[in-house]
Amino acid sequence: MAVTAVAGAEARPIPRLRRLEDERWLALALLLPTAILLGLFIAYPFFEGVLLSLTSQRVGVDGEFVGLKNFVKIWNDSIFRTTVWNTFWYTGVTTVFKLALGLWLAMLLNRHFKGKALVRAFILLPFIIPTVLSTFAWKWMFDPTFSVINWTLYQLGFITQRINWLGDPDLAMTSIIVVNVWRGVPFFAISLLAGLQTISPELNEAAAIDGARPWNRFWYVTWPLLLPVTMVVMLFSVIQTFADFQLVYVMTGGGPANATHLFATYAYQLGIGTGLLSEGAAISLAMFPFLFVIVVVQLLYIRRVETR
Amino acid sequence: MIEGALWRKWVFYNIPLILFVFVLLFPFYWMIITTFRPDGELYKPWNAVSYQPFWTNNPTLEHIKYLFEETSFARWMFNTMFIALVSTIISLFCGVLAGYALARLNFPWAGSLGTVIFVTYLVPQTLLFIPLAQIIRNFELGDTPWSLILTYPTFLIPFCTWLMMGYFKAIPKELEECARIDGASRWKAMVYIVIPVAVPGILSSGIIAFTLSWNEFIYALVFLSSPDQKTVPVGVTSELIRGDVFFWGPLMAGALLGSIPVAIVYSFFVEHYVSGLTGSVKG
Repeated sequence: MAVTAVAGAEARPIPRLRRLEDERWLALALLLPTAILLGLFIAYPFFEGVLLSLTSQRVGVDGEFVGLKNFVKIWNDSIFRTTVWNTFWYTGVTTVFKLALGLWLAMLLNRHFKGKALVRAFILLPFIIPTVLSTFAWKWMFDPTFSVINWTLYQLGFITQRINWLGDPDLAMTSIIVVNVWRGVPFFAISLLAGLQTISPELNEAAAIDGARPWNRFWYVTWPLLLPVTMVVMLFSVIQTFADFQLVYVMTGGGPANATHLFATYAYQLGIGTGLLSEGAAISLAMFPFLFVIVVVQLLYIRRVETR
Repeated sequence: MIEGALWRKWVFYNIPLILFVFVLLFPFYWMIITTFRPDGELYKPWNAVSYQPFWTNNPTLEHIKYLFEETSFARWMFNTMFIALVSTIISLFCGVLAGYALARLNFPWAGSLGTVIFVTYLVPQTLLFIPLAQIIRNFELGDTPWSLILTYPTFLIPFCTWLMMGYFKAIPKELEECARIDGASRWKAMVYIVIPVAVPGILSSGIIAFTLSWNEFIYALVFLSSPDQKTVPVGVTSELIRGDVFFWGPLMAGALLGSIPVAIVYSFFVEHYVSGLTGSVKG
């Protein structure tokens, strides 16, 4: 008995380890923690969110199944329509500027000069410093009464009256766009710089010898080679911007008069602020089809560019 | 490559670069100067005659003092640090294992699982925060650090996995095969041979995961309610703005001090951070 017990205790771990010799079991074991966490906190809430958006639940009221009523309601909500427009405008304009300025900055950095490593390290700061905290600095710079930007413009003689940056709907949107571009340019620049560095300078030199002007060299040599990296960078940036929350929440809170809401801030205002949980969930989920289309289109495009 | 007159170099390269650096860094300068400027100078209208925005002759520590004496700022720093560290460790653990499996093992659906990871990598937090808040409440995790420690991995794991897949793919298969021929089990070959080689990748993903969790806002805003549980971004937002009154001095001091841990980690590992960032883009 004693002998078999000891032998059993020694023998038991071996089959388990043997099982890990099989790639399929090993893969299962290695993927299990990830699957549990992602299932519990992404798949399950997504499913719950869909259910929630089909009920009339509020804080303290359990609600009942109402079908697509919440979606019909937000469709007819003029603030929601402004929100959709804002989100597309915000995403489109910031992406164009981030790409253009980021590419420019990347080209400026793509050469040898003293202190390059230092400049590159400092340039990334807007991207790594917590967004909420740096956005507060901008909000303070845009303050209606104490704005340093107003002071500078006034001293340079451009304005005689104060500009109420965050009080006017259009100016508020512009201010938010400025901050988003400020925050995003470093990411574009550093990623595109990495892309530029993989392009052999000989290609550009060969084109130069053949008589190509700088602009042509960029357009026919550099840009096509940079396109795969550019597309991936854009994919990340577009999704992050489309689903942005922190920046608008801090800068305007969706105001003035609900003029600068994005999906996320409006969902927060309705769902958490006023407690209309199901409507808030519906607004958040309304992002999903747009995000889905963006991801699919860009992934298809990336694949096409990469296989070309 | 481009040779030419000195003025051309200045006009086309140096001056634009200086402008970029100036604009990108100015808000941080503004944060610092506001932190040390006394209230009397802070709240002067922008067109006041004696307004000197860019410098102060009377630096003060009163805002920092206010932060530590009148608010739970020290507590917020600790909370944020704790949450960021633990969720980074969890995400690295899961991400390294999953990345290894997806990059180096042959099993059914390996390819489609990789795609699933990539797609979850793209799920923004703002899509799920309302149902997730209810789930957190049902699990009785609300208003505890665990509500964030367990949910931050949802965006950190896909990122770490994706990055680690790139690193693992770059390690030659022969390295592992040698160990296996010498009698190491698959598990041992992974733990003692492949993972140590991938340490630069682990460092990169760890640093980025740390900065991402320090940066996270909406989950912390929704899941935490008592002042002592808050993280720095949420605490600063909710405790230093009362109604319409912004306490700009302490607010900027909080923003400055709250950025320092991230800045320190970043400054030590700039190269790892950059290689992780660009690695994640190349996929």
